[in-house]
Amino acid sequence: MISEAIKQLIGTSGAMKYYEVEKGAVRRFAEAVDDNNPLYMDEEYARKSKYASIIAPPGFFGWPLKQTRGGPLAVDIPPELEAAFEKAGYPLSLVLDGGMEYEFFLPVRAGDILSAVTTVRNLRERTGEGGSIIVSFLDTVYQNRAGETVAKQQLMFVRRSLNSPPQEAAHA
Amino acid sequence: MPEQLYWEDIEVGMEITPLAKIATTQMLVKWAGASGDFNPLHYDSAYVASAGLGQVIVHGALKRQWLIQLMTDWIGEQGFLKKFSCQYGAMDYPRHMKSISEPQDGETWYCKGKLTKKYIEGGQHLVDCKIGLENGKGEITTSGRATVILPSRSV
Repeated sequence: MISEAIKQLIGTSGAMKYYEVEKGAVRRFAEAVDDNNPLYMDEEYARKSKYASIIAPPGFFGWPLKQTRGGPLAVDIPPELEAAFEKAGYPLSLVLDGGMEYEFFLPVRAGDILSAVTTVRNLRERTGEGGSIIVSFLDTVYQNRAGETVAKQQLMFVRRSLNSPPQEAAHA
Repeated sequence: MPEQLYWEDIEVGMEITPLAKIATTQMLVKWAGASGDFNPLHYDSAYVASAGLGQVIVHGALKRQWLIQLMTDWIGEQGFLKKFSCQYGAMDYPRHMKSISEPQDGETWYCKGKLTKKYIEGGQHLVDCKIGLENGKGEITTSGRATVILPSRSV
C-alpha cells in the first residue's frame, strides 16, 4: 500500500520555478542530440526565418534561473514528494524514466524566460515478488512572460523500493 | 534544408524518412551535460554494476529527443509539432569509443514513423503518426505518437 504521507501529495504542486532559455544552452542541447537544424544554432539563418530568432528544439525549456536543489535529475519533483518517497524507502537513486507526453502551443525562443509549475497528477503502487514500485505521473505547465502557455508536459517516473530487483522496474 | 512538405503531399500509410542515430558513451556524456540528467546509470560502469544492471544505458530522454528530431526534420520549418508522446519499453546500450572521436563498430538505431490519420480541425491541417525507435536487432525499444501541423497549399 502507498503510505498516507505519499498519497496525500496527489494533486499538490511544487513552487513556481523560472527557466532561462539561453542560446548557448540551446546550441549545446541540439549538439548533444546531433541535430544540425540551423534554427537552433545559426543566428543569421534564424533571424530570416518566420521565427525571427533562434528557437529551442521542442522538449528544451531552458535551465532553472535559480537552482534550488543539486540533485542528479533535471526534472523538478516537488521537494515534499521527494522527501516522502525517500522516507518510504524509494530513494532517488532507484528512479527510471518511464515515458512522457508533450503538448506544444508556441515556439520557445532564445532569450525567453519561462515559468513552470509541476503538479503530482497521480501515484500508483505495484507490488511484485521482490518488492514494489511506485509509478508517479507529474504534470508541468510552461508559460512565457506574457502569461501564454507554451507547452504542457506529463512525465512518468518509476521508482523501485530498496529491496526490489532492477528488472521489475525496467519492465514497468 | 530539404523542400518544405505540405499537407496535400501526404497520405495515410506513408512512412516518414527514417533518421539514423548512433549512441556512444561520448554522446551520453554530452547529453548529460546538455540536459542536466547526471544519473550515473548513464556513464559509470561500476555504479551500474552495483545497481544490478549490466551496462551503462542510453538516457530515455535522449531517445525521446531523437524521435522529436525525426518529426521536426520531416515537417520542415513551416510545420509545427503539436503533440508528442513516447514510452520506454526496453533499454539501449551505447557503443564504446574506439578513439577520441570515433565509435567502435556496432549498433545503429533508426527512428521511424508512419502516418495514421490526416484531418482538418480548428482550421489546422493535421497529421497523426505512430513513431518508434528501432535498435540494431530490429526491435522497437521506444514507441510513441505525434501530431503535427503542416502548411497547406490551399491557404
